[in-house]
Amino acid sequence: MNEKLLEFDIAIVGAGPASIAAACAASENGKTVVMLETSPWFGGQLWRSEFPRAKTRQAIKWFTHLSETSAKAFLNTTVIDAPAENTLLAETSDGNLRVKYDKLILATGTREIFLPFPGWTLPNVYGAGAMQALAKADWPVEGKRIAVAGSGPLLFAVAANLRIRGATIVLTAEQTDLMSFLKFGMKLPLLAPSKILQAIKYQSRLIGVTYKTSCWPVEAYGSEQLESVMFTNGKRNWKVDCDYLACAFGLTANLELPRLLGCKINHDAVFVDDFQQTSLKGVYCAGELTGIGGIDSALTEGQIAGLAAAGKMKQAKKLRRTRRRYNKFEKAMAKGFALRRELLKLADDETIICRCEDVTAGQLREFDDWKSAKLQTRCGMGPCQGRICGCAVKEMFGWENLSIRPPVYPAKMKNLE
Amino acid sequence: MSDNVQITINGKTASVTPLTVVATALACEGVTRFRRSVTGEPRTPLCGMGVCFECRVTINGQPNSRSCQVLCEDGMEIVTDE
Repeated sequence: MNEKLLEFDIAIVGAGPASIAAACAASENGKTVVMLETSPWFGGQLWRSEFPRAKTRQAIKWFTHLSETSAKAFLNTTVIDAPAENTLLAETSDGNLRVKYDKLILATGTREIFLPFPGWTLPNVYGAGAMQALAKADWPVEGKRIAVAGSGPLLFAVAANLRIRGATIVLTAEQTDLMSFLKFGMKLPLLAPSKILQAIKYQSRLIGVTYKTSCWPVEAYGSEQLESVMFTNGKRNWKVDCDYLACAFGLTANLELPRLLGCKINHDAVFVDDFQQTSLKGVYCAGELTGIGGIDSALTEGQIAGLAAAGKMKQAKKLRRTRRRYNKFEKAMAKGFALRRELLKLADDETIICRCEDVTAGQLREFDDWKSAKLQTRCGMGPCQGRICGCAVKEMFGWENLSIRPPVYPAKMKNLE
Repeated sequence: MSDNVQITINGKTASVTPLTVVATALACEGVTRFRRSVTGEPRTPLCGMGVCFECRVTINGQPNSRSCQVLCEDGMEIVTDE
């Protein structure tokens, strides 16, 4: 096995906004920094189309800032294990990296929550953020009829961006009710004023597009690929013809690595103190791992983590007030877009829950806990390691997968010890 | 603008701009069967960000490569629907 040993003051997992902010703050304060990123680009999901050339003001600022530091980054590099104290093991196309560090900052971001309904495995049914990410990577959306569904403010951004790229948005369906939605909107001026301008910008691009609250998909139809989707408002069902469905029910943090390390986790978020330090000394978390809050929150937390890891506590302290405001925004968002119970009953017995192993809801209903379901059906044992079905199973059956074993991402046999 | 790169998808040649994500190249060429599930269903990407493994294809002989996380390179050979 080909293995290279590297030593840095600070290792950062991820290269999204939180990681970039952390890397800038730490290396400006004299620390040697390495970033380990699984994808071939910087910027995470939000800024992925800004790489290699940033176009928006915020991304240009941070990409330039990062390029002026001495921080080193390895792209296409997936952390698979923490085999010893202060050590990470990462897989690259060219063998393994063994990274020794003094301090560790985790900013592994988030993924979407999928709640299975009949037909959700059909070709051309995508996540909402996924459709956005794919469109940013020039996925063919021009001239396509797209239904956007699920939950969260992200749906606006997705619909607006798809429309700019030439798609026809046939419907935007938000599962939360109008009252919760409005209550959330009324908190914006206080908690996240910058989001108001963003909302207005999106709205202006969505003139003429139907946006419905208390509305969600119940079934997707198509023989070889998606042809139409049945929507409901709880009282009435109606069918919408479309080429693509972009649907996800919010975001959930990528907790595998913090869990493997043994960080304390509270309500699906890593528990951190005022300096972004986790329950483990010298291990920090920033961005969506500590609560889904979006880019501004991620950048602030990244800076705090970077400063704190570099020992600059006074500077880090100055950002705490801003961070607390974003934390309130996170809570308001979670409350405003809480998932309705009806969504957990959409799957019929034939609906696939685990897409890696094609395990159906009917098969899972025969078991009392995930361990026995897993052993008997292989649910969650495919290459995604339960990253997709885990959320669904947790919401539908209340089973949670808390045991994480390395490799936390599928790795080549030859790269495993 | 740098020159396009040439790739082959299931034996057919395609020309794409550099830095094109493999998954996008496949979609632009009309592929709607990225992989075949264990029960034989066709699948396309779900998460678009390297988490779900639905976009798995064979790239240069390497099976189970996530096409949404790989950029096209000149001479790349991609096989889908396996």
